[in-house]
Amino acid sequence: MSLTDFFSQGGYAFFVWSSYGMALLLMLLELTQLRRRHRTILARLGRLMRIQAQRGTQ
Amino acid sequence: MKLFRLSSPATFYPVAGKIIPWFAVIAAVTILIGLYWGFAETPDRLGGTNPQKEYYRIIFVHVPAAWMSMWLYLVLAAWSAIGLVFNTRLSFMMANATAPTGAIFTFVALWTGAFWGRPSWGTWWDWDPRLTSELILFFLYIGYIALHSAIDDPRRADKASALLAIVGLVMLPVIFWSINCPDPNQCAALHQRSSMSEMEPNILAAMLIMTFGFWMYSFAAIFMRVRSTILNREADSTWVREILEKET
Repeated sequence: MSLTDFFSQGGYAFFVWSSYGMALLLMLLELTQLRRRHRTILARLGRLMRIQAQRGTQ
Repeated sequence: MKLFRLSSPATFYPVAGKIIPWFAVIAAVTILIGLYWGFAETPDRLGGTNPQKEYYRIIFVHVPAAWMSMWLYLVLAAWSAIGLVFNTRLSFMMANATAPTGAIFTFVALWTGAFWGRPSWGTWWDWDPRLTSELILFFLYIGYIALHSAIDDPRRADKASALLAIVGLVMLPVIFWSINCPDPNQCAALHQRSSMSEMEPNILAAMLIMTFGFWMYSFAAIFMRVRSTILNREADSTWVREILEKET
């Protein structure tokens, strides 16, 4: 099987790759969104804690 | 009991952090093997009573996604029930973290189904019992997420949405048996019956490998989400402060 055959999927490339593409896209988006969310929360809570600590010493 | 200690967010948070990369790596490797198997080790066309051309290869993403959509709903309802019975914090957080990933797989099942239906049935969508009940499952996931985010008090939100998740459980048997239409005049079923026993062994193998990969992916995604939820909800506790001092 050549690479062109693989990509054309017997003329059904649009249907096959739209299916796999959407699954891949959503999974990658979910993972990057989850990573970003976790980092944002860590940063926000860390900032909050430092502000509270500063107020405590004053 | 080790298992009971794990049900405390403070213990679960670091454990989940350690195993997430493993789930992610296993998911990536199995999905790649499944894709290779599905595209290289299977026939291009299927004959028999239900002839299919190359577009049938959508099966390797469609069926695993559909299975995960139902399995994750069961997981969501189970965590909700455990939360309601034992009133454990982590159970509700697990339920919460499961819903978005379940919704994504339900959407993928519907989307890939449309792209399979178009070349094989000649239509993107039909109000066939299987398609309709899967769409209702998607709305259940969305309803669960919407209800939970609409209630400000997290404990009330947990309980109300848990109840919705448990009531929605009736959809699972409906989806499962929706292909066995009792009377063809009452409900015209377009969706194929599942025939795993008649399936070519390589097709079945690729499908099962992909399902395992999606399952491992779900563990990684759900644990990532639950870790964020734990941080948010336990922000005032000493152990979260210790983590913040170390990591930020």
